[in-house]
Amino acid sequence: MKHAKTALRAALAGGLMLGAASAANAETFKWAFQGDLQTLDPHGLFETMTLGFQRNIYEGLVARNDKMEMEGALAESWENTEPTTWRFKLRQGVKFHDGSDFKADDVAFSVERLRTEGSDMKVVAALIKEAKVIDDYTIDLITPSPNPILPLQLEIFYIMDKQWAEKNKAVAATNVKGGDEGNFANLNANGTGPFIVKERQSGVKTVLTRNPNYWGTIPTNVTEAIFTPIDQDATRVAALISGNVDMAYPIPVQDWKRLEDASGVKPLTGPEARTIFLGFDQLREELTTSNIKGKNPFKDVRVRKAFMQAINIDAIKAKVMRGAATPTGLMVAPQINGFNKSMNTRLPYDVEAAKKLMADAGYADGFEVTMDCPNNRYVNDEKICQASASMLAKINVKVNLLAQPKSKYFGKVLAQNNYDTSFFLLGWTPSTFDSHNPIASLIACRGGEDKLGAFNLGGYCNPKINELAAKIQSETDQEKRQAMIDEAFKIHQDEVGHIPLHQQPLSWGVSDKVEVVQRPDNVFDLRYAVVKK
Amino acid sequence: MITFIIQRVLQSILVMLTVALIAFGLFRYVGDPINNMVGQDTTIEERAELRERLGLNDAFMVQFGRFAANAAKGEFGFSYQHRRPVSELIAERLPATLELSLVSAILALVIGIPMGVYTAIRRNGAMSHAFMTLSLIGISLPTFLIGILLILFFGVILRWLPTFGRGDVVEIGWWTTGFLTASGLKSLIMPAITLALFQMTLIMRLVRAEMLEVLRTDFVKFGRARGLPDRYVHFVTALKNTLVPVITITGLQLGSIIAFAIITESVFQWPGMGLLFIQAIGEVDIPVMAAYLVLIAFFFVVINLIVDVLYYVVDPRLRVDRAGSGGH
Repeated sequence: MKHAKTALRAALAGGLMLGAASAANAETFKWAFQGDLQTLDPHGLFETMTLGFQRNIYEGLVARNDKMEMEGALAESWENTEPTTWRFKLRQGVKFHDGSDFKADDVAFSVERLRTEGSDMKVVAALIKEAKVIDDYTIDLITPSPNPILPLQLEIFYIMDKQWAEKNKAVAATNVKGGDEGNFANLNANGTGPFIVKERQSGVKTVLTRNPNYWGTIPTNVTEAIFTPIDQDATRVAALISGNVDMAYPIPVQDWKRLEDASGVKPLTGPEARTIFLGFDQLREELTTSNIKGKNPFKDVRVRKAFMQAINIDAIKAKVMRGAATPTGLMVAPQINGFNKSMNTRLPYDVEAAKKLMADAGYADGFEVTMDCPNNRYVNDEKICQASASMLAKINVKVNLLAQPKSKYFGKVLAQNNYDTSFFLLGWTPSTFDSHNPIASLIACRGGEDKLGAFNLGGYCNPKINELAAKIQSETDQEKRQAMIDEAFKIHQDEVGHIPLHQQPLSWGVSDKVEVVQRPDNVFDLRYAVVKK
Repeated sequence: MITFIIQRVLQSILVMLTVALIAFGLFRYVGDPINNMVGQDTTIEERAELRERLGLNDAFMVQFGRFAANAAKGEFGFSYQHRRPVSELIAERLPATLELSLVSAILALVIGIPMGVYTAIRRNGAMSHAFMTLSLIGISLPTFLIGILLILFFGVILRWLPTFGRGDVVEIGWWTTGFLTASGLKSLIMPAITLALFQMTLIMRLVRAEMLEVLRTDFVKFGRARGLPDRYVHFVTALKNTLVPVITITGLQLGSIIAFAIITESVFQWPGMGLLFIQAIGEVDIPVMAAYLVLIAFFFVVINLIVDVLYYVVDPRLRVDRAGSGGH
C-alpha cells in the first residue's frame, strides 16, 4: 500500500514536471489580418493572402526564403533538360500530415487538379502541357514553349496528396458555384508544410499547430498559431496594443505614431513590391467622360507627359503617405526580377513645362475628365487620387473624382464591363516577381490573338511590346532577356503609357515579444516567426 | 382566431417576399462579385465563364425566382467567399448573435427598470439628474463610438477585458456557447454593454414617464391613504401598472437588438450573423446578404405575429371590434 502511494506520488510529480516542461516549450503566436483566407484549398483562389497563408500548411516544389531567394522545397534540384522540359528531382522521405509519403504521383495529380472546373489557378495549369512521372522521385514538366522562369512561376503551386484527395472526394478543386457542398479540401488540409490545421472556422478563426515531423530546419519556435481576421482598423490596432494579438496587419499609416508611443509594440514597415500608377484611356476615339468631343486628348503623348509633370510625387509622398512611399519611374519595384535601377527615373515635376505641353497639344484651357479610383484597396488610394486631382487643376484639367469600394470600382473598369474608364488609379504586384508579368498584363496591347494586356485598362498599345513579351517569355539567356525587358519598359516610359507613382509601404504592427520577417509581397511566413524568451 | 392567424401568416409571407425582392434589387448596386472570387492573373475568359456558371448573366427576375424557389425549400445557396452552404454558415453564427442579444436585452431590463423607477420617485435628486444625463449620452452617442471608447478604456488602457472576439466557446450539439468559459464571459461584457446601452436608456425613460403618470392616479393616492408602505406603493402598486407598455416595447425591440447587432459585432469582431453580413457586403457575397436579410425579416415578422396574437388573446375588445368590422 505504501509502495503504491509512493509510486502514485512519483507518477504525479513526473506528470507535473512533464506538464511544466511542455508549458515552457509551448509558444503561442496570435496574429490578425484585415480579412480571412477564402479557402484552405490550395487551388481554389490565386490571391496573395490566401496562398501566403496556405504556404504554412502546403508546400510547392520551390519556395522563397526570408531573403526572397528561390530555394528547393519539395524539389531538391531542377534543370532544363530540353528547351521545353524541366526535370525536378524530388525530396525523399517527406511525409504529408496524415503520414503518407510524398511522391511524384502527387505532383502529377496536383497538376491535373489545377485544371478542374473550380480551380482559380488554370493560368498556372496552362504553363504545363504535361507532367511525366519518371520515377517516384523524378518528374518532368513539359511546357508548351520554352519557359526559362517556370520554377519561379511554380512557387505558388502547392502539392496535395493524391490518396488523401481520393479518399475524401476532393479530387477536384473547391468550386465557388457549389454542387460539391462541403468539398473536404475547403475546410481541411493535408500538406507537407511546417504547420498542421487544428481548427478552421471560416471568417472567425484558424488554429495551426507545429508539424513535429517536418522535414526542414526552420527558425520558428511557434508550436501553436492562432489567426483571426479583424475587419475594422481601430479594432485591429487596439487588439495589438492591448496585447491580445502579437502581430496585426495592415496598420493604417496614420496610426504608426500611436504604435510608437505605446509600450511593447512597434510598427514594422518597408517598401512593398506593389507599384501604384495612373492610366489613361488611349483607345477610344472619344473619351466617355470628357467635355472634349470628337477626339481623345490622351492619344496625344504631350498630354500624357503634361499629366506626369503636373503631379508632384514628393508632395504625395510627404503629405498623403507620411513619407512612407517610394516614388518610382518604372512599373516594377526593385524586388522584381528585371528591375533596372538606371532606368528608374521620372520626368521632373514642372508645372510650367506641363502647361506648355498642354498648350502645344491645343488644350491650353484644359479639359474635364472623370477619374476612377478605389477607396479600400490600396494604402490611402482615395487620398492619392484627391491629391492628383488638385495638382492637375493647376494645368486647368478638371478632374471629377469617382472613388468607390473595390467591388464597385473593379466591376466598372475591368474587362467584363468593357474597360469603362477614362482615367484611373491601379496597383500591381507581379505574382511571379518577374517583369514579364506586368509587361504582358499591364502594358502589352490588349484584345489581340496573344491574349495579352488583360489589365491594360487604358488600352495603351505599341505592338513592339507584344513582340518583346513573347520573346521575354521564352528567352533563356539572362542578359538578352534583361535587354528586352529594358527595351519594353523604355518604350513604355518614352510614350508615357502610364504614370508610375510609387511603391506603397508595407505596414505591420508587431509586439516586442516576437520577431517576424516581412516579405515585400505582404505575405507573413510563420516559418520565420520567433517568440522571444 | 384561426382565420386571423392564417391571414397574418399570409401577410407575413408577402412581407418577406417583398423584402427579398427589394434586397435583390439593391444588390446590383453593391458591385461585382467576380473580382473578389478570382486572383489577378485569372484570364478574362475564365472570369466570364465563372459569371455564366453562377448565373449572374440571367435576367433579374430569373435570378430572383430561382432564389425565392430555393429559399422556400430552406436552401440559400452557396457563399461565394466561404465556398460553403449559406444555411451552414448562418447556423454556425446564429448562437453568437442570439447570446449577445439575449444578454443585452436582460441587461437593458435589469438596469433600465430600476433606474426608471428611481428617477421617477426622486425626481429632483442628484442621482436622478446623473442618470438622466447618462441616458442622454446613451441615446445620442453612436454605438460604434461607445464600443471604441470601451475598447480603449477597458481593453487598451486598463487591459481588463479582451478587445475582440468571443473567447473560448463550448459546443453543445450544434450550438456553441460562451457562457461556460471564463474567457467567453469576459469577452461578452463590452459588446453586451455597447449593444444594451441604447435599449437601456429607452426603457429607463419609458418607465420613468409611465411611473410619473401612474403615481398621480387616484388608486396610488388611495393606497398611500390606506397606510401602505412607500416601497409597496412604488414597486407593487405603481410599477405593475407601468409594465404593460414596457413589455410590448421590449418584445418589439428584441428584433432591433438582433438587427442592430451588426455595428456592435463589427466593432468587436464578434463572430455573429451581423459580422457575417458586413463581411458579405464588402465582398459582394450575394447569397449570404440575401439570406441574412430574409432571416432578419423573418425574425421581425414572427415577433410581430406573436405580439398581435397576444393582443388578440388578452384584449377581448379587439375580438368584438374585429367581428364587427371584418378585419382591419
